[in-house]
Amino acid sequence: MTSLLEVHDVGKAFGGVYAVREVGLTVAEGELRGVIGPNGAGKSTLFNLISGHLLPDHGTLTYAGRRLERLTPHARAKLGIAIVFQGARLFLGMTALENVMVGAHARTRHGFLSAALRLPAHRREERAIRADALEALDRVGLKDWADRAAEELPLGQQRSLQVARALCARPRLLLLDEPASGLRAAEREALAQLIESLRGEGLTTLLVEHDVAFVARLADRISVLDLGAHIAEGTPAEIRQDERVIAAYLGKEAA
Amino acid sequence: MSDFLQYLVAGLAVGCGFALLASGLVAVHRVTHVVNFAQGMFAVVAGLTAGSLLSAGLPHGAAELLAVLVAGAVGLLVGLIATGKPGTSAQSALIVTLGVGFVAYAVEIMIWGDNPRSHPGLRGSVQIADAYVQKQSFLVIGVTAVVFTLLGLFFTRTYLGKAFTACASNPYAARAVGIDVTRMGLIAFALGGMLGGAAGVLLTPLLPISYNSDVLLITSGFAAAILGGLTRPGLALVGALILGVAESMVAGYLDASYQTVVALLLMLAIMIWQASQRTSLTEEAAR
Repeated sequence: MTSLLEVHDVGKAFGGVYAVREVGLTVAEGELRGVIGPNGAGKSTLFNLISGHLLPDHGTLTYAGRRLERLTPHARAKLGIAIVFQGARLFLGMTALENVMVGAHARTRHGFLSAALRLPAHRREERAIRADALEALDRVGLKDWADRAAEELPLGQQRSLQVARALCARPRLLLLDEPASGLRAAEREALAQLIESLRGEGLTTLLVEHDVAFVARLADRISVLDLGAHIAEGTPAEIRQDERVIAAYLGKEAA
Repeated sequence: MSDFLQYLVAGLAVGCGFALLASGLVAVHRVTHVVNFAQGMFAVVAGLTAGSLLSAGLPHGAAELLAVLVAGAVGLLVGLIATGKPGTSAQSALIVTLGVGFVAYAVEIMIWGDNPRSHPGLRGSVQIADAYVQKQSFLVIGVTAVVFTLLGLFFTRTYLGKAFTACASNPYAARAVGIDVTRMGLIAFALGGMLGGAAGVLLTPLLPISYNSDVLLITSGFAAAILGGLTRPGLALVGALILGVAESMVAGYLDASYQTVVALLLMLAIMIWQASQRTSLTEEAAR
């Protein structure tokens, strides 16, 4: 399989302390890669380095043959990288449907003038986006919430809404940051099924998650971080047996 | 009665000018969260430019349009100075716009001198009942109606309008969906410049302007925009019309020098009222 994302030797320090150092991983096209690690392992830092909200101090990021590490987040989005954040990070003051429609921004060709003048081409595009957005909402089970204000949605639905927004971009790489955190059991199950069905369609996904069982159930392969360093990689079954991983989670004595 | 009608229409026309200016404030604030205190300067630049172009022999229409475009370019420049550097906070940008406004005084005085100037607009007047109303007043009202309709459609109905609003609502997530937040902000500044410019070219035939007219304009425009929380053009229009009529009545029946005082008092009253409506608790809940 060809690789879609290659993270090579990246490092990022805050005030002299490395949050991530010499981390490397290669995600194949169509793969669902999990990234786990205890608190403070550097998962979120790695996630933000890939999304572009942080820039690495050293190392390279290659996506579909292109170097990423100096690109802005919006340039990365235009290359087909979509993000679901840990927090709600929705566009408040807009409806659920509008939130999802904005997600299509990266793949639309809209001119400011044609929008202001409401030219036919613009109206056509807008209709198509609306249809796509409704489909994405349906997919995450939020069809009935389309016209509700985003801030009215319960936390679980807000997370789903972010997933719909990401899907509306028709991404080639989906980044999920702790998507299961704070969700109730039923919501977590629905999310797992959604991620599973997306994998079935061949969407490459990077799942950064605190909940090991959630990742082990879904991921093809898992990368483990501890104290900013990459300590292990393998299938869920291999990771469960890995002594370094057990040590990182349970402490040295248990190993 | 005829006095009243005359003051009313004149007030509505001036109010429409304030509304155009306020809509520029709203456009910039919606996208960037910056309160653009250089907004009044756009109107001054456009008004004075239109006058110069007309005396250079350009026909009506072309001169005004060109002046509005010049104001748009000035808006873009202010945007670049105030928000071009990534990571500039909205508060620092506000101070920058204020500073740019003062620098503009010097430039304006060098080009146009410091005397109030005016240029002819639509000539003639219309008789309604027994009041005579300048045709220019109706032009201002008509243009404002068209601009606000387009602006309203743009922000509420178009998907790009939503992308604009998304920048203000959550810039972090906006970047992640592929929106170039800085560029959107600059477009908003250019739009704000053109809206301010439109206010300038339309108002100059009614009230002569000079380099420091921006104080009156920005005070009134801000008072109007604050009614809509600086985010809603519709409410800004309502505020501007109330203000325009109030100022016109004060100038007509009392004394023109009280105009700005009326604007400031109205702004103060609205802000106190809004503060009493939104306690810190509801602000927190809205997060």
